[in-house]
Amino acid sequence: MATLHDSRPGAPRLALRGIRKVYPAVVANDGIDLAVMPGQIHAVLGENGAGKSTLMKIIYGVTQPSEGEIAWEGRSVRVTSPAHARGLGIGMVFQHFVLFDTLTVVENVALSLPGNPDLADLARRIRAVSERYGLPVDPCRLAHGLSVGERQRVEIIRCLLQNPKLLIMDEPTSVLTPQAVRTLFTTLRQLAAEGCSILYISHKLDEIRELCHTATVLRGGKVTGTCVPADESLASMARLMIGKELPRCERGAADGTGEVRLAVRGLSQATADPFGVALRDIRLEVRSGEILGIAGVSGNGQQELLYALSGEAPLADAAAIRLCGTAAGRLTPGRRRALGLCFVPEERLGRGAVPHMSLARNGLLTAYGSGLLRFGMIRLRAMHELARHCIERYDVKCGGPDAQARSLSGGNLQKFIVGREILQCPRVLIVAQPTWGVDVGAAAFIRQALLDLRATGTAILVISEELDELFEITDRIAVIAGGRLSPATPTAQTSLEEVGMRMSGVWPEPRPAIDEPEPDPDDGPCPPAGELEPWARRHATGKGHSHAA
Amino acid sequence: MLLELEARPTASRRMRVLSPLAAVALTLLASLLLFAALGKEPLAAFRVFFLNPLRDVHALTELLLKATPLMLIATGLAVGYRANVWNIGAEGQFIMGAVAATGVALAAGDGGAWTWVAMLLAGACGGGAWAAVPALLRTRWRANEILVTLMMVYIAQFVASWLVHGPWKNPEGFNFPQTRLFADGSLLPILVEGTRLNAALPLALATLLVAYVFLERSFHGYQMQVAGEAGAAARYAGYSASRAVWIGMLAGGAMAGVAGVAEVAGPMGQLTESIASGYGFAAIIVAFVGRLHPLGICLASLLMALLFLGGEQAQQFINLPSSISKVFQGMLLFFLLGADLFIGYRLRFARAANPGRLSWKT
Repeated sequence: MATLHDSRPGAPRLALRGIRKVYPAVVANDGIDLAVMPGQIHAVLGENGAGKSTLMKIIYGVTQPSEGEIAWEGRSVRVTSPAHARGLGIGMVFQHFVLFDTLTVVENVALSLPGNPDLADLARRIRAVSERYGLPVDPCRLAHGLSVGERQRVEIIRCLLQNPKLLIMDEPTSVLTPQAVRTLFTTLRQLAAEGCSILYISHKLDEIRELCHTATVLRGGKVTGTCVPADESLASMARLMIGKELPRCERGAADGTGEVRLAVRGLSQATADPFGVALRDIRLEVRSGEILGIAGVSGNGQQELLYALSGEAPLADAAAIRLCGTAAGRLTPGRRRALGLCFVPEERLGRGAVPHMSLARNGLLTAYGSGLLRFGMIRLRAMHELARHCIERYDVKCGGPDAQARSLSGGNLQKFIVGREILQCPRVLIVAQPTWGVDVGAAAFIRQALLDLRATGTAILVISEELDELFEITDRIAVIAGGRLSPATPTAQTSLEEVGMRMSGVWPEPRPAIDEPEPDPDDGPCPPAGELEPWARRHATGKGHSHAA
Repeated sequence: MLLELEARPTASRRMRVLSPLAAVALTLLASLLLFAALGKEPLAAFRVFFLNPLRDVHALTELLLKATPLMLIATGLAVGYRANVWNIGAEGQFIMGAVAATGVALAAGDGGAWTWVAMLLAGACGGGAWAAVPALLRTRWRANEILVTLMMVYIAQFVASWLVHGPWKNPEGFNFPQTRLFADGSLLPILVEGTRLNAALPLALATLLVAYVFLERSFHGYQMQVAGEAGAAARYAGYSASRAVWIGMLAGGAMAGVAGVAEVAGPMGQLTESIASGYGFAAIIVAFVGRLHPLGICLASLLMALLFLGGEQAQQFINLPSSISKVFQGMLLFFLLGADLFIGYRLRFARAANPGRLSWKT
């Protein structure tokens, strides 16, 4: 694999010297040195908040460094804007894609090119690039029909059309299935072999070990080490990244005999949003004392399912959701909460917490039932006490109960929200993306908190895109794809590959369970979703989608 | 040396309090310049405008009398503004409150010593009903309440105008567009003998207290503010967004209506065509200068009353147009918005030699 070790002669393509970036509250980058050779896949490794994104923004000209020097192909430059960066030959694929849903692929690409390119000619060039690098995309399709993996391909093609000498990839695999990751790696290796340098930003150690020639590790805005990932172990790289050993979670065995606390039967719901996903005949059960995980590439119905479960989008059919034995499909979020349901949403600021309110008042948001009210009046002391307790117990780093929610980092706010929900002693807890954007230490802490809660008998449903996380904490795993949910399999009896397959919408016919004797009438061949949807359905040509396993 | 505007890591609490004070100071300073520009001796004009209204007890009661409706309206508006419900039509709600109370007073005629109590209730209902229309349009059909409340001001003005020119015109009033003078039972009790200060002031102070408890201590007030600030969070927690709109609009409307009663059953003693005279709009400034907080509103309404009375004094004694008080209101709001920038930002002196930094750009 790594035949291109950075032993090439000559000057580095990009060299950073003493880069420092100061924001009013933080020093985001502090004296960073970095050199990327031609044809090198160079990892920038670090936790959230380590300064990776700031550094990339500086290289791409989005922001200017406070101090330090950038040398491009041996010459000192000041990158003043992304357009300037593209002119130099620097391309960037962002973590969150910026495509216009109502435009076609070729129109989207044309928007990012200078001048007014001829669309037919551009479509030809897109086809040429996509064939050359194994990035199958139909230039005439509308962007809203693209899967996340395809959107990423469009972004990559958009960069490649400008013949970059340096390609920056920001957390590229966070939205991909394991199979799509393999395809991406093949493309990146081919690019590197042709002499393009790649800056690969990630916090996933195993990927970096597999793909990258060299790695620069950041922690707290500073470079803490440079290494050849292939020569390192996961543990040694983790030490460089977080400054200590990678924490592991402890768990007891599942018994699987608890009562059913949350039961969903035949939940179907159309979507009002033209780009939303309709839910089709969702079935699931979560028992007391177990954690059920739902895997899937984002945008396959997770949002819609969560809205239906939490009550933010109540159903027409009351019996579709049973909460501790009560038909809850039509109940409001408040009524469901009274039945013992707690919920940690995916968006922390603005949904899980009110940005400009203090933590104390944000505690009140959902925990008002825990003795915080008297005759409709807020018991201020109890409200502060709850927040203080949550902050202490869940190790929330903040300025105290009076700190505004928006002043907290994403990880600390997530700990506060998870803590707030757990402190209410829920009978059922639903958690969406529990550790999304949370640093490794806090993520382990949150997972452990969920496992501890499971031990007390709570039924827990976790919806996550991080497969490693689901394999670590869940007892059973189901997969959501194209608005349908696969049957759940015991985590110990499944594999990453199998879950990856299901993420593309392919799973064996559900065997009729004992308590669900009726067969599904409309279960034809499973419509593919995720990676395969919906293009593969329309053009079953098989060109592309090379799931190089 | 370069001046640089830099975002503060967290909003400054000190500046939140200092900013209205700075705005007042700057307004006073600018007034001196304005008087000079108008060819008046600045200090003398300043004394007439700002100190005359504070010269003795009688003047002070006039100040409180003027501040009372502002206090009432601004308190009601602040409840809505805290929930991002932008009712700017308090002027119309004030008029409809006055109209409803006048209806009661005219129907009661000379009978009943407690008619004014019924008038207060009718006024609250009148103003509330006028605010209920935009609330309904907003919650049902998402009509923008800023536009609807403002447009309803003009409807209210025409309704009042029609009434005093038509059915309610005083038959013995030499054809002036105004109603009969109210009977004694239809007037608010006077607090200090020999002055015009009436029972509306304690009512306004009580309203401030109720608003404080509602906004800062009650769960309903909290839910309403969550719904206003973060709709998704309110939905997540199961709070009703439309209830927040209703509470916000009705509070503003009802309090403006009561203020209208305080005017017709207080110093006016009858309904006239020009009953509102800008209270409803001035109260918007009062609410913001007072930081949407009851205590701040109390102080800000006194300040705004001073500007009103100062304008009258300036007209009387130094021959300036009374609209100069509107200029000062505008300046006050202007300086406040300017000073508010420094709640979220601070000025820094940066060395121009720093290469990586762009002033103002980022």
